[in-house]
Parts: sequence; C-alpha cells; structure tokens
Amino acid sequence: MCLAIPGKILSIAGAEELRTGRVSFNGVVREANLACVPEAKVGDYVIVHVGFALSIVDEEEAQRTLETLRQMGELLELESGQGDEVRR
Amino acid sequence: MKFVDEFRDAAAVKTLTAAVHAAATRPWTIMEVCGGQTHAIMKFGIDELLPPHITLLHGPGCPVCVTPVELIDKGTQIAARPGTIFCSFGDMLRVPGSSQDLFQVKANGGDVRVVYSPLDAVKIAIENPQREVVFFAVGFETTAPANAMAVYQARQAGLRNFSLLVSHVLVPPALRAVLDSPGNRVQAFLAAGHVCTVMGYNEYYPIAQQYRVPIVVTGFEPLDILQGVLMCVRQLEAGQAEVENQYSRSVRREGNVPAQQLMAKVFQVGPRKWRGFGPIPQSGLCLRPEYAAYDAELKFGVAAYQAEEDGECRSGDVLRGLAKPMECPAFGTRCTPEHPLGATMVSNEGACAAYYRYRRHAPAAGRQEL
Amino acid sequence: MPEDKKFTLDCPLPINERPQIVLAHGGGGRMMHDLLERFVLPAFRNPHLESRHDGAVVEIGGARLAFTTDSYVVHPLFFPGGDIGSLAINGTVNDLAMCGAEPLYLSAGLIMEEGLPLDTMQRVLASMSRCAQAAGVQVVTGDTKVVDKGKGDGMFINTAGLGAVVASQSIGPGSVRPGDVILLSGDIGRHGIAIMMVREGLELESALESDCAPVAAPVLALLKAGIEVHCLRDLTRGGLATSLLEIAETAAVHIKIEEDRIPVEDNVKGACEILGFDPLYLANEGRFIAFVPATQVARALAVLRGHAVCSAAEVIGRVAAAPANLVALKTRIGTERVLDMLSGEQLPRIC
Repeated sequence: MCLAIPGKILSIAGAEELRTGRVSFNGVVREANLACVPEAKVGDYVIVHVGFALSIVDEEEAQRTLETLRQMGELLELESGQGDEVRR
Repeated sequence: MKFVDEFRDAAAVKTLTAAVHAAATRPWTIMEVCGGQTHAIMKFGIDELLPPHITLLHGPGCPVCVTPVELIDKGTQIAARPGTIFCSFGDMLRVPGSSQDLFQVKANGGDVRVVYSPLDAVKIAIENPQREVVFFAVGFETTAPANAMAVYQARQAGLRNFSLLVSHVLVPPALRAVLDSPGNRVQAFLAAGHVCTVMGYNEYYPIAQQYRVPIVVTGFEPLDILQGVLMCVRQLEAGQAEVENQYSRSVRREGNVPAQQLMAKVFQVGPRKWRGFGPIPQSGLCLRPEYAAYDAELKFGVAAYQAEEDGECRSGDVLRGLAKPMECPAFGTRCTPEHPLGATMVSNEGACAAYYRYRRHAPAAGRQEL
Repeated sequence: MPEDKKFTLDCPLPINERPQIVLAHGGGGRMMHDLLERFVLPAFRNPHLESRHDGAVVEIGGARLAFTTDSYVVHPLFFPGGDIGSLAINGTVNDLAMCGAEPLYLSAGLIMEEGLPLDTMQRVLASMSRCAQAAGVQVVTGDTKVVDKGKGDGMFINTAGLGAVVASQSIGPGSVRPGDVILLSGDIGRHGIAIMMVREGLELESALESDCAPVAAPVLALLKAGIEVHCLRDLTRGGLATSLLEIAETAAVHIKIEEDRIPVEDNVKGACEILGFDPLYLANEGRFIAFVPATQVARALAVLRGHAVCSAAEVIGRVAAAPANLVALKTRIGTERVLDMLSGEQLPRIC
C-alpha cells in the first residue's frame, strides 16, 4: 500500500495542523492536509494519500530516473545494433 | 497525468524488461510487501514480463488482509450500535468477520459510511454532535500520519464524540517474520515506496545486513517496479545485500520528519495480531495513554473481546510467500471474491483476489513477449 | 490463542449463504448476475429472456415492437449533468435504441417518500419533460405512489418503453460473429465519477458532468445507413467491461480490446487515480458499443461521428472465436490481462 498520487497545489490556506491545500489531480480538485509538508508552495506537486500530503515530488529526481532509463534504452539499441546480444 | 504517465511509457518498459532479462542469469525470488504494488503488478501484467526464473511473491502488504478477524468483529459490534456513525475506508467493508462483515451491518440498518480520508470522519463528528463517530483506522505507516492528524485535530477541537478503532501495522517486523519463517525462500525485497516516504529507510539496513537480503525502496508505476526488480537482480547477481532507493522522487532516507513527529505524539509501538501470522511483537501502533479518550475499544468496552479463528483459509501461507493462491484447495471453488474465506480474497489488493481476477484464465503458454 | 503457535492460519467461518439482499446485488457485477440466473430468470423462463439483451423484441399482430423497463434509484437525486428524471427518460430511450427500435412511448411510475419537497418533484418532472421532448418520445401512462418517511430515499422512478423496431435483422449477442469490430461511442466513466463527486464523504471538485444523454438518433442513423449492426449495448452500471463480458459469455466468443484506444477524459482519469477505480467498470448513461462487420467500420464510424453525442467514437477491439467467454485487454504497456466481472460495486480503496 498505498494508493497515493501526485497532484498540483492550486492554493493554500490555514496554518499548522490545519494547513490545507486545494490540490488538482488532472483537473479533479480535492482538499489535502499539508501540515507535514511545510515547505510546499503553490505550484508544487505533492504525493497525497487519503487526503494527506506525504511528500513534495522532487522534479529533479524524477527527471534523473527517466534520464537513466532513456540512456539505458539507447545503450541497449546500440548493443543490439552490433548484433551480438540475444535480446528477448 | 504528470509524474504518472511518464512512468507508464511502453518503450521504457521494453527497455527495462530487456535489462532484467539480460541481468538475471540465475533463479531469484523477490517479494514485494505492498498491496498497491501487488495491484499494479497484476493490472499491468508486470510479472508476466519477467524471465521465468525470476519469481515475484506478494507478501503481507495489504493492511486490509492482515487486519485480524477479531478487529473486524469489534468493528461490526460497534457499527451495529444505534446512534453510532461508523466510518471506514471502502476496502474494509467486505472483509469477513466471524459471522458478518460491515456491509451486512449496513444492510441491517447500521450507519456505516465510506470515507476517503480520516479527516472527513472528523468533519462528520463535528457535524453530528449527538452521535458517536468512530473511524476504522487501518493501515501501514503510510496511513498513520493521516490517522494521527485526525485524532490530533479532534483533541484540539475538544471533540468528545470521535474515536478511532485502531488496526495499524508496521512493515519492518513483518519482513522479519517472513524471513524467520521456516521454508522461507525470499532472497530480496521491494520495500513499499509510500511507507518509506513517511518513515524513510534507515530501519531496513539492519535487516539487509542480518539476513543478507537486498532491499530496494520501490514506487508504484510499471517503470518503478521493473527498475526496482532490476536493482534487486543486479545486487543478487553480485552477491550484495544493500538498501537502495528507486523511488527517489518521493522518498528521502530520513523520510518525512514532521509526519513521524506527529505519529509519535499520538501513537506508540505495541504488539499487534496479524491475520495469517498471529501476534508479532512490536509490530503495531496503538494510541498513547493521553489519547485514551479517543480509543474506540475502550469507549465501547470491546477491548477484551477475542475471536476464535479456524478454517481452511491458507492466507497465512500466501502472505508469507510459502504458497501461491492457486495452490490453496479452496481457491476459486469454495473461496472466491463473492464468498471469500479470508481477507486475501476480499481485498482488491489481496494476492488471492488479484490472482482470481487477473490470472485464473492465464493461458498455458506462460510468459508474454512484447 | 496458544502463544507457541507461530503459524496460525487465521480465518473466519465461510459466509457462503447470504440470507439477505445486499447492495452488491444491484451493482451490475457478478452477484447481480448470479441473482438473476438463480432466482429471477427461472421464475419467468421464456425464449425472450434467453436473449439476455437490454430489451425484448416481441411481435404483436405482425408489428415488431421493442419493450423494455428500468428503475432509477440514484442518490443524490440531482448531480452535475443530470438528475433522476433525465436518467429515467434517457435510460429507457437508450435501451429501446439498443434493440434497433425507434423509441415512441414511455410509462413513468413515481414512488415518492413522504416529506419530499413539492419543488423537488416539480424539478424532476420538468427534467423528464425536457428529455422526453428532446428524445421525441411521449410519456403516455404512469403511476404515482407515496411511501412512509424513511422508506424511500426521496424518490424512485420506474420507466417502461415501447418502440418500433427499425432493424430488419435481429440485434443482440446472438448475432455477434468472430471478426466483428467493436465501436465505442465516446469517452467512458463520466457518470460514475459525477455521482461520486456529490456523494457524501468523497468531496471532489471538478467541472465534470454526467454523460446522461439519449443515443437513439445515432443508432437509428446507423440502421438507416444500412450498416449491418450485429449487436448494441448501452454501458450503464458495471461499465464497459461488464457489458463486454456479458456479451462474450452470452455469445460464447472471445473479445479483445486495447486500452490505448479507449477514450477517458482527464478529470475521470484523475478521479480514478485518487479513488483507485478502474474506468472500465464505471457507470455511463450516454455511451454504447456497437458490433459491426469489419468491412463496414469506416462507414459506421463516419455516421456515428456525425452526431455530437458520438463525436469521439472509436474502434476499441474485435471479436474472435477463441478462447471463448473471455475478454482480454491489451494494456498501454503492451501486456495482456483478462477482464473479470466485479463482485459488486467498486469501492474507494487505500492501497
């Protein structure tokens, strides 16, 4: 578990334990408690689980992960182009 | 959807699949311990992409599945009381207790309500001051901060008509219980990415070292899971037993400190009974004494209740990875999602339900080629 | 509980016998189908029921008529994009269209709960009137009942309908053939999510509205264009997946569909991700599937796309002979999985 997905913070209100944000998930907006992501600001993406934000998505890390995969793909293409690898 | 669709890219899936095939020269058994990952694996058919000698097992990662019968019974008893509003996550409603489930309590006139968030239950309590509102607080560490916040807010607001029926469980003790089981064949773990978002992954280093198992913190999309598997396979092939973080866009090593502090204010670690495992020491969260007024077991006098458990359900073996759902004689016959014998068949993330829905028609041909 | 026992196989006694009706029996999934097969159909056994289609085609004095009925128990009564009244009219109009008939006459039975505001009743009636006009049907008979407070959820409506069958061929699962192509009239899941959005406890905000709409016009256009339509099914409770499964089982064929080709609107996707729903199983109220021979696909699509309610029509899959009684989905990452009936309704999950 658990079902938690990234949403974009549209607005923030309240303070401390009552700090909440309106978070958009592809156009559907749900309120989420932001008390545990105090550095989150409008425009950030947060991972929300049962109406509670657990982390701010680190966009650089996301790009790094995707870049690793992209490079892996290019490498595999090069290798198979050389004809030696038996690729399943 | 941003940060979701990119991690479902078909071309990248092919790349990772090829990489796993190239890396795996020997048979390995990897276990994931997260209902959300089980669901994603079944939904996207990820296990069918893996080479045949890589076995992916589904461990006790579904909090719905591991909630003991006894707690379901306490829930149905409380929910059946007139004047109570019993709030719960949707997936708990169909889990069988000793004689009935929450859906049946609702059918008999109980006010049982599905809520998306424990904070919505607090709102219901504020709006219904003359009714007792109880929230069924089930979950792993991922859900604990939200449940803690609900109780914290209730106390700050001076609510007297709100309480939690707590069934919180912790992952690291479950990993140890699996590794300690005689006949254990798990050689590496995918650690649950959202549990680790909250707790970080410091707790996994002693486990990796003691049992010599690689542990990779993994996300939930197809690319995440495949990359997590690849990282496990590479470690296994190299004889390593390290903790790594695949889900770096959400997980930091120390986790979410404010969330941990909130949890520590409200909860303390205690013993917990797991369906299919029995009691595991120090494996659950319960309310701290200062929050006793918010403990539904105390409020409704059901703390002493114990349930007799018996039956042919083999969910225990399934949860430990000792058996696959199809190996249970009741699977698909006496035990189906419509009349489940155990929680692994009821919960959407239960391994048995997942296998029933997605795999019982599996063509004899076996693995898929892309 | 013995403490030395490490491997307790905890399990409750099996609940095989459910002596009561539970909500899942109305969910459109496996439990509802079992209820129909075990109790309802045997009570009335006749050849018309065996076709297991949305309505019955009967012959009276040489005229072929389509006859159907549906009851509407939606809660809340009003939701974005519609209300119980518009559902009641369009739902029955659409069922008649699925039989290849031009919808003509409807009946309307209202069951109202004591205490229902008159204003609410008027709003519902006004909605029914508008929809009937738009669909070109007349409500020619009806009934009104009132039940005690607490016994009625505000209002329930039953509508039954009669239509004149336009299609010369028999339209239904029995006419589905291997090689048939499956067309979907538009994006799925709007109605299910629109209802969720106003249901207590889930509190989602969006511009999304139910897709409640009559689809008789595009269906009749298909028939009048001479397209050889083998089967039609409107996608209501249980969604696209359930309709495909029902047809695959009744016709004993294999159906394969592609996830990439199934249109799902962004808001619906977002809501499904939050709640853990699969759009394939969400209710719709203005969408249908059509099974046509492969040679007529281009023409059929052109006809459908000429109607606003079907402007996003797509080819989503095809029928094969084997393995029979199965519906397979090719996922967006290229793997295949078999679709199954849900037991009851989808519930929001935390995992």
